Amino acid sequence: MHKDLAELAYAIRRSSLEMVYAANASHIGGALSAADILAVLYGRILRVRPEAPAWPERDRFVMSKGHACVALYAALALRGFFPGEWLTHYGQGGSLLMGHASHRVPGVEWSTGSLGQGLGLAAGQAYAGRLRNKSWGVYALLSDGELDEGSTWEAILFAAHHRLHNLCVVIDKNGQQAMGATEGILNLGSVADKLRAFDWEARDVDGHDREELAAALSAAHSGKPRCVVAHTVKGKGVAYMENSVKWHYSAPRTPEQLDLALRQLEEAYAGPPVRTAGAPR
Amino acid sequence: MRNAFIEHLTARMQYDDAIFLLVADLGYSVVEPLAERYPDRYLNVGVAEQNMTAVACGLAREGYKVFTYSIANFATTRCLEQIRNGICYHSLPVCVVAVGGGFMYGHLGPTHHATEDIAIMRSLPGMRVFVPFSRRSAELALDEVLAEPGPAYVRLGREGLAVADIDDNGLSLVRRAGDGTSDHAFISVGKICARLLQLTAERRADLYALCRVKPLPAADLRRLFAEYTEVTVVEDHQSAGGVLSALAELTTTIRGLNIDGRFSPGTQDEDGQRDSMLFRQQACTPEHIDSL
Repeated sequence: MHKDLAELAYAIRRSSLEMVYAANASHIGGALSAADILAVLYGRILRVRPEAPAWPERDRFVMSKGHACVALYAALALRGFFPGEWLTHYGQGGSLLMGHASHRVPGVEWSTGSLGQGLGLAAGQAYAGRLRNKSWGVYALLSDGELDEGSTWEAILFAAHHRLHNLCVVIDKNGQQAMGATEGILNLGSVADKLRAFDWEARDVDGHDREELAAALSAAHSGKPRCVVAHTVKGKGVAYMENSVKWHYSAPRTPEQLDLALRQLEEAYAGPPVRTAGAPR
Repeated sequence: MRNAFIEHLTARMQYDDAIFLLVADLGYSVVEPLAERYPDRYLNVGVAEQNMTAVACGLAREGYKVFTYSIANFATTRCLEQIRNGICYHSLPVCVVAVGGGFMYGHLGPTHHATEDIAIMRSLPGMRVFVPFSRRSAELALDEVLAEPGPAYVRLGREGLAVADIDDNGLSLVRRAGDGTSDHAFISVGKICARLLQLTAERRADLYALCRVKPLPAADLRRLFAEYTEVTVVEDHQSAGGVLSALAELTTTIRGLNIDGRFSPGTQDEDGQRDSMLFRQQACTPEHIDSL
């Protein structure tokens, strides 16, 4: 297991960039905003066995924001669920790794990509786990855009009513959705307040402070479902991508753009050298 | 038919502790005995069909054989994407049970008329579609659903034919007119088979009830088409995509190069073409097109 969350987060970001660059794929902004969350989940929180992805006692993780799958795929490869070499085929015909999270990939619980469907799936698994007195938990990562979907709120009501304390949701609140700022499209206000009003435990954290995230995610429950509202920056780590909706769609197009992005990641990281799969450049 | 299905489900639950029933706040005076007997395997999720379907998938992923229950439109179209992406794409043992197929709730108006459900559900990859026409056929449809874990849709009416089993092939001869030399066959589905039986009592026509609309009992239907010079389909469903459409697809001489009832993997060719899957799946090359 990666003890150093900074290293893991850096490697996730770097792999994600390399993947979208090689495939000219979308959604790098939301992958970079989620990188620290995924690093904490896969580096510290989730009890999983990469060599046995379907281990019955594993913690379940639902990547509801399936469009940010490059970050998930990078995390899974770095944890050893599949060879890092697979990442170099991301987005190519015949590859298992395509533009949205796929349950055919080792370690991926659900195919997602249609927003607002992950939390209900997670709630169903949590309900089953509780019925059978299982010790595993269910974690779900949602985008803030997914909170526009009524189905998400159906699941929020359900989880609270049934007091699914084995369910923990992280909201990657990067404040951006496909067409612009969340605030200007469908204002969510305080998500944590709303969830508390729905009888959840909810707390706000800096979604790039990995220790704060880890503490929030490992906090004991008080009999209610838990939500960690992770305040993040879309495109985090690459200055020209940060808070720009363009990078919901675009990938770096030139080697110079990619190099600049990787250099900025490296400078911010400044830790020991990290080997990623290294998509062809 | 509805009661028979739920009673039979209750009976099966005694021997199969993986069976789970979810309802979206419907089933009053029908599901209570089941709920009392198996409180751990029954849940009313509230008026929230999308969540019901997603929760069903979550339960199924953890080993349950799940039935979701609501009035037909709410059980199907309200949560269609959860059915498609959740149940079908993941090939989960979830059976969508719809009550009020066709005009069963006719007096409640078009919001409650389920007249497109067969078309929609049978178009989904991996989805089996049953439209029982009697109490007994509802029970047998349930047995068939449970015999093979996977996505299924069962459209129920309240009444139906008094007695009639379904044949193994899903197609049942309900009435043979006269001496068996009739050259006209009626084919129908669901509870309207009973009404059709009355309406055509005086006609010299044979009546067949079709329970399994997908996969169709193709061989038996082809035999039937060969046997009769005239076949009439009667269905409480829109003409587009319904039972007649399904039978026409079986017998059409128009060739189709389309998607054959599966999900396609993510697709992107080296030249950036994203629809190549269609052509690859059908072995459809330029030479192939020329040869057609």
